[in-house]
Amino acid sequence: MSSPLKPLPAWADVALIPLINVAAAFVISGFVVLAIGENPLEAVQILITGALGDLEGIGFTLYYATSFIFTGLAVAICFHAGLFNIGVEGQAYLAGLGAALAALYLGFLPGYSLVVVAIAAAALFGAAFAAIPGYLQAKRDSHIVITTIMFNYIASALMGYLLVDVLRVPGQMNAETPGFSKYAAVPQFHELLAPLGIQWPVTPFNLSFLLALAAALAVWLLIWRTRLGYEIRTVGANATAAIYGGISPAGITIITTLLSGALAGGLAVNVILGQEHRLILEFTGGFGFVGIAVALMGRAHPVGIILAAILFGVLYQGGDELAFDKPKISRDMIVVIQGLVVLFAGALEHMFRRPVAVLLARRTTQPPI
Amino acid sequence: MAAPIAAEGDRVTTDAGRAPPAIELIGIDKSFGPVHANKNVNLRVERGVIHGIVGENGAGKSTLMSILYGFYEADAGEIRINGEPVRIRSSKEAISHGIGMVHQHFMLVYPLSVLDNVMLGAEGGPLLANGASAIRRRLAELGKEYGLEVDPDAIVGELSVGLQQRVEILKALVRGAEILVLDEPTAVLTPAEADQLFEMLRVLKSEDKTIIFITHKLREIMSLTDRVSVMRRGEMVATFDTAETSPPELADAMVGRKVILKIDKGMAHPGRVALEVRNLVVRDDRGVVRVNGVSFVLKEGEILGVAGVAGNGQSELLEALAGIRPLSGGEILVDGEPLPPAKHNPHAERLIGIGHVPEDRHRVGLVMPFEACESAMLGFHYETVYGKGVLYDRKAIIADAGRKMEAFDVRPRAPLLKTANFSGGNQQKLVLAREIERNPKIMLVGQPTRGVDIGAIEFIHKRIVAQRDAGKALLLVSVELDEIFALSDRIIVLCGGRITGERLAEDTNAQDLGLLMAGVDERAA
Repeated sequence: MSSPLKPLPAWADVALIPLINVAAAFVISGFVVLAIGENPLEAVQILITGALGDLEGIGFTLYYATSFIFTGLAVAICFHAGLFNIGVEGQAYLAGLGAALAALYLGFLPGYSLVVVAIAAAALFGAAFAAIPGYLQAKRDSHIVITTIMFNYIASALMGYLLVDVLRVPGQMNAETPGFSKYAAVPQFHELLAPLGIQWPVTPFNLSFLLALAAALAVWLLIWRTRLGYEIRTVGANATAAIYGGISPAGITIITTLLSGALAGGLAVNVILGQEHRLILEFTGGFGFVGIAVALMGRAHPVGIILAAILFGVLYQGGDELAFDKPKISRDMIVVIQGLVVLFAGALEHMFRRPVAVLLARRTTQPPI
Repeated sequence: MAAPIAAEGDRVTTDAGRAPPAIELIGIDKSFGPVHANKNVNLRVERGVIHGIVGENGAGKSTLMSILYGFYEADAGEIRINGEPVRIRSSKEAISHGIGMVHQHFMLVYPLSVLDNVMLGAEGGPLLANGASAIRRRLAELGKEYGLEVDPDAIVGELSVGLQQRVEILKALVRGAEILVLDEPTAVLTPAEADQLFEMLRVLKSEDKTIIFITHKLREIMSLTDRVSVMRRGEMVATFDTAETSPPELADAMVGRKVILKIDKGMAHPGRVALEVRNLVVRDDRGVVRVNGVSFVLKEGEILGVAGVAGNGQSELLEALAGIRPLSGGEILVDGEPLPPAKHNPHAERLIGIGHVPEDRHRVGLVMPFEACESAMLGFHYETVYGKGVLYDRKAIIADAGRKMEAFDVRPRAPLLKTANFSGGNQQKLVLAREIERNPKIMLVGQPTRGVDIGAIEFIHKRIVAQRDAGKALLLVSVELDEIFALSDRIIVLCGGRITGERLAEDTNAQDLGLLMAGVDERAA
């Protein structure tokens, strides 16, 4: 039994609590660094300088952040329907296949329409791979958490087979496809800015970032300003009320997982079309899973997701620098921080809620509602 | 409990007397943030009496009992048990002071046996056998002593609700409870089961147990209690000897103003048949037939009441008519035309003009985390008034909710406030506003005033009658006989999924309906 405290004001709910949660994760990470025998403050300094200290660092940071925005949105949209899509990793992996097939076999398309089609193909393949767990959840009650976890392995095995046995260039030792034509590449910022006389160091930071921001805006509009979003939220908040309101939870479940899979495809767009320009093994690199942390930390709100994605971008880029500078602190430190963020922003999300509510209740003199 | 030997008979007395009172609450104060749930509450419950506590929803009864049972700690004030000041910080401590609680929603493990349930938390060691035989003996003793016989090996989930409640009482007694707190115990019982409960409580009283009985039904207070305390807006406003008070006096004390328990309504002028049901068969989620061959007609300009003890098929009937639950047999005719299967769903039925106020606003009728304006468009969210293009028009949504809240006096008038933050009565008005403002020709209304305070009941009843007078056809499902009588023009009674009788409202009485609810039709040849 917990007493019915007055709900937190909106600003505390969307800003203060996540900040406290993240701060707690960082404080504990600091102790871990201390235990390794390094100075946490120095580590933070290296991390931040490495990520934001110069344009090259910023370029890499935003490149990573782009991936996290897409995967964070993919997880978040499912949260709104009360679904937990753990399969973003696998959906993004399959999306890479879609992008690659379009880039390699639709070369006859005129100019940059090829990359547009490749982006669409990525979304389509991501959605198609998410459709199966979505359908099983909607019609067969197979829990989407279980099925999407298993589908990640299916994706991994399938892509391994295709890259090694089918798509590999004969005589090549690397399990990868041939390179794409330049019309299948999402332009990188340093290329775009060069003709304007602006020198940006060579980084993988590409136009997918703008696509990610547009996707965030689109998700916000969808969830809070459209009928479909209303139905998604209703199913997520109260499926019985949804049925009463003439909404089909099964239909919404399928549509939401399709949208989620399509958003997961953004990771493939950023990495495969924006940077690698060929399909490679394991290009998703766990970014799909980080999307869960990003969505939790961003409280499933697009603005929060963008901020959380940038923070994780800083961690990834700065973490590389840190591992380089301080050999004692390996790249695994970032995984530790990430784990702590999931722990505090996800599993222990409500730990600080009550103390904060008590504190605020003492301070406010608002009359009862 | 070491307590003085009780004197014989009812010791309804206001002065301290020889024995200290079983419970004394002095200056209890409790706030939840800015909500002042209990304000300087004083309560004195003598030993060996049945003490009623009445009050509207949100008056602070449950908070007070939760403090007594150790769920919350009071901000200020003192609790004395048998004259001794005590501090109760958990239900365990409450039990050790001899306080037992019977919750409105049973705290039972349904797949386990009665014995297992009673033993739970009092196993008496790592090996079950000793504890089990001790509890089995104790159950047999209590059964004889108080007439509380229950088969200790029966599975709780298979017992009737009345027997389940008995198990809850036994749980408290086995733990040595001298003081029993019952929170709205009759809400889930049939009238016969309630009578049995009252008999049981009287036996317990005669054995010098103290009973606190929380309810909002004045009838029960009058027939059962020795003393009654009234709470209003967090304060204990009055305490009476039951013999010296009357229902109107109690109702006045509860709401602080005169209330009309019976609303004025004119004659009904039924028109043509709006809805007809033929041989309807409906199953519940487990596949059990809950509505079994029900047929009736509903005319424009009348309120047809469906009476019955809860769980006799009313809920399934209502859900089937609203298109939420599939039909296993029979047909529904709207305006004389059979409703095709493709239109037997909530969305299509709303388009035809069938409104539905569901029985359970929390679980079905509203989305608690949503803003009130979003809850106020549930089911109509596809309509173009809320935005013509792809995107919603927030201004239109808020304005529409504002209009509905104005028309139904929903307080506070805050379309952006979360639905969960409105009181029960205002939530219910929001549901009614949503359904009635769309002007449906047929209204299916379930438990319109469940958990709603008296002021709002009056308002809601008036709006329902106004709908009838506007020529709408209304089907009213309610387990409150008072409500059925106050509103209905014609009444059908469901028992075991069948219609056991049909009466004109002016042509029947509570006794007659009570028999029908039990499946007996006196007038049937």
